[in-house]
Formats: sequence, C-alpha cells, structure tokens
Amino acid sequence: MDVLDLARWQFGITTVVHFFFVPFTISMAFLVAIMQSVWMRTKSERWLRLTKFFGKLLLINLAVGVVTGLVQEFQFGMNWSDFSRFVGDVFGAPLAMEALLAFYLESVFIGVWIFGWGRIPPKIHLATIWITAVGTLLSAYFILAANSFMQNPVGYEINEEAGRAELTDIWAVLTNKVLLVTFPHTIFAAFMVGGGVVAAVAMWHLVRGARNPEDAAPGGPSDRGAFRTALRIGAVTVLVGGIGVAITGDTQGKIMTEVQPMKMAAAEALYETQQPAPFSLFTVGTLDGSEALYSIEIPQLLSFLGTGSFDGEVQGIDNLQEEYEELYGPGDYSPNIPVTYWTFRMMITMGGLAGLIALWQLWATRRGRVPTSPWALRAAAVLPVLPLAGNAFGWIFTEMGRQPWLVFGLMPTASGISPSSTATTVFVSLAAFTVLYAGLTWLWVHLLLKHARPGLPDVSPPADGRGAEAEDDDADKPLSFAY
Amino acid sequence: MELSTLWFLLIGVLWTGYLALEGFDFGVGMLTRRFARDDTERRVLINTIGPVWDGNEVWVITAVGATFAAFPEWYATAWSAYYLPLVLILLTLIGRGLAFEYRAKGDTETWRRRWDLVIFGGSAVPAFVWGVLLAAFVQGLPLDAGHDFVGTLGDVVTPYTLVGGVVTLLLSLLHGAHYVALKTVGDIRERARRLAGRLAAPVAVVLAAFLAWTLLRDDTPSRLAAAAALVAVAAIAAGATANARGREGWAFAATFATVAATAATLFAALYPDVLPSTLDAANGLTVANASSSGYTLTVMTWVAVPFVPAVLAYQSWVYWMFRKRIGVQHIP
Ligand code: HDD
Ligand code: HEM
Ligand code: HEM
Repeated sequence: MDVLDLARWQFGITTVVHFFFVPFTISMAFLVAIMQSVWMRTKSERWLRLTKFFGKLLLINLAVGVVTGLVQEFQFGMNWSDFSRFVGDVFGAPLAMEALLAFYLESVFIGVWIFGWGRIPPKIHLATIWITAVGTLLSAYFILAANSFMQNPVGYEINEEAGRAELTDIWAVLTNKVLLVTFPHTIFAAFMVGGGVVAAVAMWHLVRGARNPEDAAPGGPSDRGAFRTALRIGAVTVLVGGIGVAITGDTQGKIMTEVQPMKMAAAEALYETQQPAPFSLFTVGTLDGSEALYSIEIPQLLSFLGTGSFDGEVQGIDNLQEEYEELYGPGDYSPNIPVTYWTFRMMITMGGLAGLIALWQLWATRRGRVPTSPWALRAAAVLPVLPLAGNAFGWIFTEMGRQPWLVFGLMPTASGISPSSTATTVFVSLAAFTVLYAGLTWLWVHLLLKHARPGLPDVSPPADGRGAEAEDDDADKPLSFAY
Repeated sequence: MELSTLWFLLIGVLWTGYLALEGFDFGVGMLTRRFARDDTERRVLINTIGPVWDGNEVWVITAVGATFAAFPEWYATAWSAYYLPLVLILLTLIGRGLAFEYRAKGDTETWRRRWDLVIFGGSAVPAFVWGVLLAAFVQGLPLDAGHDFVGTLGDVVTPYTLVGGVVTLLLSLLHGAHYVALKTVGDIRERARRLAGRLAAPVAVVLAAFLAWTLLRDDTPSRLAAAAALVAVAAIAAGATANARGREGWAFAATFATVAATAATLFAALYPDVLPSTLDAANGLTVANASSSGYTLTVMTWVAVPFVPAVLAYQSWVYWMFRKRIGVQHIP
C-alpha cells in the first residue's frame, strides 16, 4: 500500500469510529435535557432517576466522542497538507468557528453539569445541559458546512497565483444547498441512535422486571412505570428520526443528482442514461458491478428519487464518464461501484429495520403489557446497533461516492496528500490508531453495558430544591457525581 | 495593524491560554503519581480539575483551528512535519481524556491503577512534547521552495527544542503544585506548598537558560521578546516569594504570568516569521506569505471579536462557580 491508501484508510477508520459516538452524544444530550426539564417541572423522582441514569451513559459516550474528535482536527494537516493548503482559506473558517462557537460551549458546560448537581441553583444546572445540547448541534452544523464544501464547492474563487481556493462569500458556504439538507438528515439519523439506546435499555429492564417483580416496583432498579415511559420516548424518537431521514434523504437525492450526478449513478450502478430509471432493490452481479446477473427493480422509482418526477432522466456512469473526460481530461471519474451501491442500500435498510422494531415495541407494550419472550430481548439488543450501522453506511456512501474527488471538481484525492509523509510513518500511526480505537470501542461497549444493567439509581433530591444554599449548611458534605 | 498580524497575536493568545490553563491540569495529573499518598488523595487532586480540564483542552483545538483558518500554510507545513510527535500527543491525550471519566466507572483496584498510569503519562508526555513543538517554530525547519518539510524527526527534536520541552514540563508541574495548594485543604495543601517551594529554584534556572538561548538565537533579538523574558523570570521569582509567605492565590497568579510571558517570548521571537526555513531563508513561512486572504481574515475577525470575550467570560464564571477548596472529607 502506498501513502495515499494508508492515509485514506486512516481517515476513514478514525472518522467512522468518531461518528459512532457523535450521533449518540447529539441525541442523548437532548433526551437527557428533556428528562431533566420534565423532572424540574413535575418534581417526580422517577424523572430524576431517568435523567441520572441516561446521563451517565451520555458521559461514558461523550468522553470517547471528545477524544476521537481531537484526532480529526489534526489529521487534515498531518496527512492532507496539500489539501489544507489548497482549501484552507475556505475550509478553515468553519472549522475555527466550530471550535470557538461550539466546542467551548459543549466542554465547559458539560463540566458544570457533571459537577454542578446540588452545588448550583437547579435552574442554572438545567440550563447547562441544554447549552451542551445546543453546542452539539452548532458543532454538527459547522463541520458539515466544511464537508458540504467538499461535496459542492460554493462561495470561492480560484487564485491562480497562490494556487488555492479563496473564500469570497462565507454566507454561501454556510447556506450551501447540500449543507441545508445534509444537516437535518444527519441530525435525524443521530436521533435514531439515541432513541434506539433509550428504547433498548428500557425494554431490557421491562423484561427483567416482569421476571423479578420486586425490581419492577416503583423505586426499584427496573421501575416499571419509569421504563415504560422511557420505552415510549425512545421508540417514538426512533420513528420520528426515521420519518425525518426518509424525507430529508429524498431531498438529498435530488440535490445530489444535480450537483454530483456520478454519485447517484454509482448508487444505482446505472451505466446507461435512462428515462425513466428504475430503482433496484437487490442485485447479484459481477463484483465490479459492471453487469447485473439478477436484480429486483422497482420501475421509475429512481427517476422519482433523483428528479422528483416519475419519468425524469437519470444520467448513467458511462455517459458521465465521457462528459467528465471532456471537462477535466483523461482519467477514471467513477467511484467504487459495489461499495456505493451497497452502502446506499444498507443505510436505508438499517434505518428501516430500526423503525420496524420501534413500532413493534410500541405495539407490544400497549396498555400496560410487557412482552417476555426472548425475541423481545434480541430485538432490543440490535435496536441501537442498526441506526449506528446506518450512520456509518451513510457516511461511507457519501464520502466514497465523492471519489475520485477530494473537493468535487477541484481537487482529486491523490493530490491532497502530504508530500512529506512516508509510508512508514503513516503506517505506524494507522496501526496505532486502529489498535487504540478498537480498544476504546470495546471499552465503550463494556462500560455502557455495565452501567445500563444495574438499572435506575437511588436518588434523594435536595429536600427544598435549593441546592446551592443547602451546600453552605454543610461544607464537608461529600460531593455528588465526583470523579 | 494588518489583520494577519492581529491573527498571529490571537493565535499566540490561544496558545498562551492553553499552556497556562491546561498547564496546571497537566501538573495536577503528574502529581497524582508520587505526590498523592492514596486513592482518596488522588481523587481529591482529580476533582480539583474535574469541572474544568475539558474546557481547558479546547484552547488547543481552537488554536489549531484558528491556525488552519488564518494561516493554512503554517498549519499544513508544521502539522505534516510534526507527524510522529503529534501522534504521540494524540495517543496520550486520548488516554487522558478517557481516564478522568472512566477511572471511577470500574470497581477493581487494578482498573483504577491502570487509569492512574494513563493520567500520569497523558499529562507528562503532552506537557513535554508541546514544548518541543513550540520551540521548533522558533528554531525553524528544513523547508523546500514549496514550503514542504524535507527533514527528518532529528530536525524537529534538537537540543534546543528538547530544553523547550523540559521547560513546559517543569513549568506545568510547578503551576500545578500552586494550583493544588490553592484548591485544597488540609495536609495536601501543606505538602503542595512545600513541593512548590522546592521546585521553584531549579525550574527558574532551566527557564532562564531556555529564554536566554531563545533570545541569543537571533543576531538582533526582538526587544519585545527580551522584555517578555524578563517578565517571565521576575514572575517566577515573585511566585516563589508568594508561595513561601503562604499567599497561594498570588503564587498561582505568578506562575500563570510566568507561563504567559514564556509563551509571549516565543511568539515575539518568532514574529514576523511563523515557521522559518533552515535551508534557505526565502523558503520560510512568514505572517505575510502564510496567511489567508483578506476576506477570510475579516470574516474570522468578526467572529472572534464577540466570541473570544464571551468564552473568557463564561469560562471565568465556571472557575468562580467552583471556587471552593476541597479535601479528603469531600470524597464520598
Ligand atoms: C455531525 C456531527 C459531527 C461530525 C461530522 C464530526 N463531528 Fe467532531 N464532534 C461532534 C460532531 C461532529 C460533536 C457531537 O460535537 C462531538 C462528539 C462528542 C462531543 O463531545 O462533541 C464532537 C467532538 C469533536 C472534537 C472534540 C471537541 C471537544 O473537546 O469538545 C473535535 C476536535 C472534533 N469533534 C473535530 C471534528 C472534525 C475535525 C471532524 C471532521 C472530520 C468531525 N469532528 C466530524
Ligand atoms: C463523521 C462523519 C464522517 C464520516 C463517517 C466520514 C467518512 C469518510 C470515509 C469512509 C472516507 C474514506 C473515503 C475513501 O477513502 O474512499 C473519508 C474521506 C475523507 N473525508 Fe470524510 N467522513 C465524515 C466526515 C467528514 C467531514 C465532516 C469532513 C470534512 C470536514 C471529511 C473530510 C474527508 C476527507 C478530507 C477525506 C479524505 C480522504 C479520502 O477522500 O480518502 N469527512 N471520510
Ligand atoms: C429513505 C431513507 C433514506 C434516504 C432516501 C437517504 C438518502 C441519503 C442520501 C441521498 C445521502 C447522500 C447525500 C450526499 O452524499 O450528498 C445520504 C447520506 C447519509 N445518510 Fe441517508 N438516507 C436514508 C436513510 C438513512 C438512515 C436510516 C440513516 C441512519 C440511521 C441515514 C444516515 C445517513 C448519513 C449519516 C449520511 C451521511 C451524511 C449526509 O450526507 O447526510 N440515512 N442519505
């Protein structure tokens, strides 16, 4: 493998792993903020227990999200220095804004939230988790602005003399039409993850509670009332997220057909331009996808997805290839077809399955029922994994589908690499990060399971709700939630 | 003032904030090893920085992000040249960030002991390596006409940059000891003060030597750099005096000023270069030839003007919020 392949693997692995944690943080921060708000309003202990329980899972996840993000911030310079030189003038701005506007908010206020229980006035404490949650959204917006520029460069001008792209309109970058659909799509997809986690954990405790009625009593670790509520919140979140991704994904398809028609053609392995074009559900073909041996197709659906009309024209790979050769010179302008074809389908399938499970859970727990079959547990176990996988497939599709371009139409991936990198150094770091990331993913799963299993914690809320003043009465009281 | 100079200044300020804030939490992390006598004391130390260390770390993310936005060439050249040292920093910082959160989430002795090691390594290694890398900016690197690094690790790690690493390591340790004395009660507080007292003289000597070396590298040392170096030495002496008199707040403020003045010396000595070339001076990166376009700098300035003060305000508020000292009796 050469430097380019190694650097691509490193970016792909570290980013996909970062994105296991990202959607979890985004959605769980909001879900916990909502639970805590309900507690503040109703003063019902059940909500406080849910807040602390899911809050702990959030913190376990957030720690890995933060540290893997750090790597991303450095990698553009380490492995992709020519890319950084070429687009830094445009691309650096959203990255710096993300740090200044979002990361400080997230990191500073989550610290206050962790340590503030019972030490600061409850309203301010509640505000800190909301600020953290909003911070995660801002962070997603700015980083996606940077990524959308790579998919569809806007608001720039090429400065021939300096050999780089220069920003001419920041507003155009921040309202890139790709960004405006990618952002909601990514956020809805993120909510499927958090919803899936909440619903899965709740289902597990309901089933356990049905087996050990003592635990399921109010105040018990598997408190039936609390977990029924949690199950509902989780399952509904998955469904809302699922509807959201379908709607925004449909819009994305149209925009993609417009700005990156090759990606749409690759997603369908559509070689010849067709009008109307069918959507293939499943294909058995040659490995490079150049020939379909067997496939199930839905007539005209691709036309609709791509153009919004059932008999719109969708361009094929071969036609686009010719067009691009004329435009950019000789070369291969199509991405890896089997990867794009299958990741696109897997993304949708994973989300669809998660939605079905969530629906089933709602149905199975209707009017006070609790399912006890082992299938209820198995379904719960896969529920959070499905949207996580969907997210990963979505990104692999988006990023691999952009190939061979690093910045679409402006810079091929091969030109972005650092000239000073050697295969040895990149190999060393790739190996080190891969091992470390495997270890921390394992640790993440282990700790999440370990802390989800014991169920809801015992809580004794500050008697009068005046946390800060209560503290002064007893200066030596042990700290809550301390490390 | 040119906007590019303003951004050079701002990046200097961000690095200063990072070294001065994360510096003391690196120091506290190092103190968890020999200084803390048992698990409870270790938890006291960790909890003194618990609410703030993550926010402190964002200063470096912002410094790096701002460098990318304002000086893409600087970011690209330096970060690809510093490849392996950065990998080392990333690996140890990853461990450290996890350790704070995960240490308390297991229940065996071995689990905690392993994370304690990670906290120590994750504090000492970056505290040292960042010093090496910042000193390497001042020293310069072999760059070709395309501004690409053409050297090896040996061009980054030299006697001068190694001393730079020792300086940030020791300063962080001293700064951390002052912080612990300020934030704890009881026996830990007394011991932290005594430790700071013993560290002050050797750290001051190494610091003075490094600052003098930095100034003497230049045929015509910048006056600003010289002034900042004097402030650094004066501040560390003031810190020792304050500590000896039991004025913990002043001692901490003094090492804060020492770290800031040391960073100021480096950045003043660097200006107007950002990364000189040791091959041909014409290949070097300067504030002028590495910067972004005027439009980008203007946009970024509009963002920084309201938000940098806002960040300072709410981060200070957090320090105020958690101003109480803690001791072993607070550990549940
Ligand atoms: C759609 C959202 C999204 C995407 C595409 C990315 N991230 Fe991320 N990132 C987040 C959403 C996020 C987050 C939700 O804001 C995190 C996750 C956990 C956390 O605390 O914040 C985060 C953490 C995080 C941190 C640590 C921040 C801190 O200390 O608080 C850094 C430095 C980055 N990210 C940088 C990046 C870079 C350079 C990316 C591009 C390759 C990237 N992230 C992709
Ligand atoms: C977190 C979500 C993301 C995931 C899961 C992801 C995934 C990937 C994957 C799998 C690759 C490798 C593609 C290939 O080599 O063929 C890649 C490449 C890349 N992505 Fe992303 N990406 C994400 C977000 C971003 C963002 C937000 C940016 C920019 C701000 C970005 C910039 C890049 C760059 C520079 C490459 C270069 C390497 C290459 O093209 O091979 N990515 N990404
Ligand atoms: C009907 C269902 C869906 C459709 C039509 C759809 C469509 C799309 C399209 C067209 C893209 C590529 C955008 C581009 O490259 O410009 C995309 C990306 C993506 N999808 Fe989906 N999607 C669907 C469901 C899902 C589900 C269920 C998930 C996860 C749970 C998901 C997660 C993602 C992610 C994370 C990306 C990458 C980020 C982005 O470009 O938005 N999608 N999707």
